[in-house]
Amino acid sequence: MTPRVGIVVFPGSNCELDARDAFAALGAEPVMIWHAETSLDGVDIVILPGGFAHGDYLRTGALARFSPIMDAVRAHAEAGGIVLGICNGFQILCEAGLLPGALRKNAGLKFLCKWVTLRVDEADTPFTARARPGQELRIPINHFEGNWYVEPDVLAGLKANGQIVLRYADNPNGSLDDAAGICNEGRNVFGLMPHPERACDSLLGSADGVVLLGSLLDHVSNRTGVSV
Amino acid sequence: MSYLARVDVMLKPGISDPQGQTIEKALPVLGYGGVRGVRVGKRIQLEVDAASPDEARSKVEDMCERLLANPVIESYEVSIA
Repeated sequence: MTPRVGIVVFPGSNCELDARDAFAALGAEPVMIWHAETSLDGVDIVILPGGFAHGDYLRTGALARFSPIMDAVRAHAEAGGIVLGICNGFQILCEAGLLPGALRKNAGLKFLCKWVTLRVDEADTPFTARARPGQELRIPINHFEGNWYVEPDVLAGLKANGQIVLRYADNPNGSLDDAAGICNEGRNVFGLMPHPERACDSLLGSADGVVLLGSLLDHVSNRTGVSV
Repeated sequence: MSYLARVDVMLKPGISDPQGQTIEKALPVLGYGGVRGVRVGKRIQLEVDAASPDEARSKVEDMCERLLANPVIESYEVSIA
């Protein structure tokens, strides 16, 4: 059995094929799921990819959270299933209340498209298990609204629980506490602004994304006995 | 009855506003000194069917809580005409 990775495609998603190719290259079976579907068809991992879901009108992610598939995504998350939101997917998870906080426009009002260095500050999660604590990863960012914010009392709780999983070595967008990627309290829902799916082959400049995506595949393989 | 509702959505006080900051920096370049506290928000206008102004307000406030504003970073004001 091969892990099945469901990639939700919203109108306006544009990184779903990058995610599909990255997971296929890692030996998983990608399954594309249109946002108007109501079933995840039993996939092991759910990916909300980058892009501009529903045009990002009103606020990034604000309309996508009402897509029909989101009830199934919520149920998957509540049952302990792995959900990963990348870039616009992270924004959607925040709007949907599956992750804390909100993403504001970048400090400096620049659209940022560049390589950044991330530090793994929590290696004890299904998303980072292949990393050493403190390990640095080179992964690209590509966003205008990556300036994560959460109320101070909520931030204190997140830090105490070790939910700020990835931090920027050099904060590019003003994100609170240098946060680049966070998880929920149950450590099964993850969101990050950088794009690990675009850093899965050294030919493309870095294969550090494999550390993160491969960790997720290890996790579901160990849990269900499937092999990668 | 149909009521015209106006919703003003603003970033909450204390939440940094890069658009406001950029405008604030641009104004002195045009010769406008002495300007502080520039904040940028958005206005959403709706025509709402309701039996009374109170019902229209309550409908629109519900929309604000669920969709029109993000309570983590934004506040809103509803006016009904």
